[in-house]
Amino acid sequence: MKENFAISVRELTKRFNDFTAVNAITFDVKQGEIFGFLGANGAGKTTAMRMLCGLSFPTSGQAMVAGYDLYQDAEKIKKSIGYMSQKFSLYEDLTIRENIRFYGGIYGLSDHEIKTKTETLVHQLHLEEQLNKLVKSLPLGWKQKLSFSVAMIHQPKIVFLDEPTGGVDPVTRREFWTLIYEAASKGTTVFVTTHYMDEAEYCDRVSIMVDGRIDALDTPLELKRKFNAPSMEEVFVQLARKAKRAE
Amino acid sequence: MKQFLFFIQKEFYHLLRDKRTLFILFGMPVVQIVIFGFALTNEVKNSRIAILDQSKDEATASIIQQLEASQYFDIEKNLQSEADIEPAFREGKIKLVVVFPSQFQSTLLHTNTAPIQLIADATDPNVANTLTNYASAIILDYQNNIRGNQDFPYTIETEMRMLYNPQMKGSYNFVPGVMAMVLMLVCAMMTSISIVREKEIGTMEVILVSPMVPLRVVIAKMVPYLLLSMINIGSILVLSVFALDVPIQGSLLLLVFECFLFTITSLALGLFISSVTNSQQTAMLISLMGMFLPTIMFSGFMFPVENMPLPLQVISNVVPAKWFYYIVKAVMIKGLGFFSIWKETLILAGMTTVLMLISIKKFKTRLE
Repeated sequence: MKENFAISVRELTKRFNDFTAVNAITFDVKQGEIFGFLGANGAGKTTAMRMLCGLSFPTSGQAMVAGYDLYQDAEKIKKSIGYMSQKFSLYEDLTIRENIRFYGGIYGLSDHEIKTKTETLVHQLHLEEQLNKLVKSLPLGWKQKLSFSVAMIHQPKIVFLDEPTGGVDPVTRREFWTLIYEAASKGTTVFVTTHYMDEAEYCDRVSIMVDGRIDALDTPLELKRKFNAPSMEEVFVQLARKAKRAE
Repeated sequence: MKQFLFFIQKEFYHLLRDKRTLFILFGMPVVQIVIFGFALTNEVKNSRIAILDQSKDEATASIIQQLEASQYFDIEKNLQSEADIEPAFREGKIKLVVVFPSQFQSTLLHTNTAPIQLIADATDPNVANTLTNYASAIILDYQNNIRGNQDFPYTIETEMRMLYNPQMKGSYNFVPGVMAMVLMLVCAMMTSISIVREKEIGTMEVILVSPMVPLRVVIAKMVPYLLLSMINIGSILVLSVFALDVPIQGSLLLLVFECFLFTITSLALGLFISSVTNSQQTAMLISLMGMFLPTIMFSGFMFPVENMPLPLQVISNVVPAKWFYYIVKAVMIKGLGFFSIWKETLILAGMTTVLMLISIKKFKTRLE
């Protein structure tokens, strides 16, 4: 495994009893890359992602995340990654300031760091007026953007986004992707799962999971050429049709 | 350490922002004490009774007068014949009928013994039991009075003394019970809900991806409820001493220590519940059905464990509240010291340790 990959996975497998959710997947993610992790519901992408984040133990296989071994240096990995879950991950009954402070706090940021982070973050998202309001009063799109910024608060090397734009309107999704690009341009590796095929087009490289395996992995352009398809959507449909697993 | 403090601070925000829950948590012990203390009571007062006096002499008049004078009885009716007894009960108001046979006094004076029949409505056996006891006591009293100072040969006098609770007050019984109930509810239910809520909204995943150590997450979750429980214990004790006149006979320090121990037990239970479910509703149901009901049923607070069939008695031993209830009664009411309750304390501590270890282990393996 080469050191310069942000994520390096070999034959990673997860079995639940006799069901193989993730079947010996192998792939590398380059540093600073926006890596799209696609697949139909139940294809195993969330399980794979949870293994890489340390939320779930692999059954077998190897993985290096941020240069650390998944089995030996789980604690170091935790400090190097950010995570935004499928479900919305802020506390609704806390204000924006308190949420930032809490997540900054559990990542061990100093009071001073938290203060400056809060300022830049709030400025970036134009949330100055709402700083002391409860998160529950924010529209979904803003919550999502805030959620992302909070996942980035400790400047992780890699950020894992699990369907970050679910249920958000196209304009906000576009804005959200601007944030992702910004993060990537600063060198953060972005590992993102999505169901929106237009978003797949925004990724540097895309992998498509079918029935626990990775069936295709390339740049969107190259994938479209290989499958002779006009859009990523078409590529996805061609692959997903082969799936035997029921949802 | 700072991570940990941030976490506790966050827990307090959750707790303090939810005004309704907070109100219930602080209000509940007060309301329970007031309800149990003043409204719900096992003492039977002002029961309506009827008299069938077929003798109408000095002795019966005197006994009737004493019955009337007691706070337990109101004489509703004077029946004329035995045929009236059934209809009196059927109306439902009368709980007890006192029947004096004819020539009561003369029988009493000549043979030194005369029967009085007490007929009680035993549809509620406890009330019936209590009422007949009250009535017997009053009659016995009268008997002692007329006997005066003269010594009868071969008379055995029974004298009753109600130890620790001479006035037979119900509050002596339920204050420890309410403590067990409140602690169980606040700690087990609220902790499990607060952990499961984070699983539901998805923040738990984010926390576990972070460098925060799972054990600290667990402890941070417990701290606010521990504090809340101690405040509740305080308010219960203050209310019992000053409003209900239930004294704290034993050492206050020991009592607080035992409460602290039971709080930890309840927290461990809450943690355990949260490790077996992912939904707030299930957590609440398990807490209520699995913790709260056994606390009421098996602690001995409502129903005496000694009277239960053997299998239930065995089950009652695994209910932590039973031991806590015993301990609190021993310390608070009987004024016993640590040496009298060390065994029970040890059992409770053992249960707590086992529960805590299992739950922490489960909490970790689930998420790593």
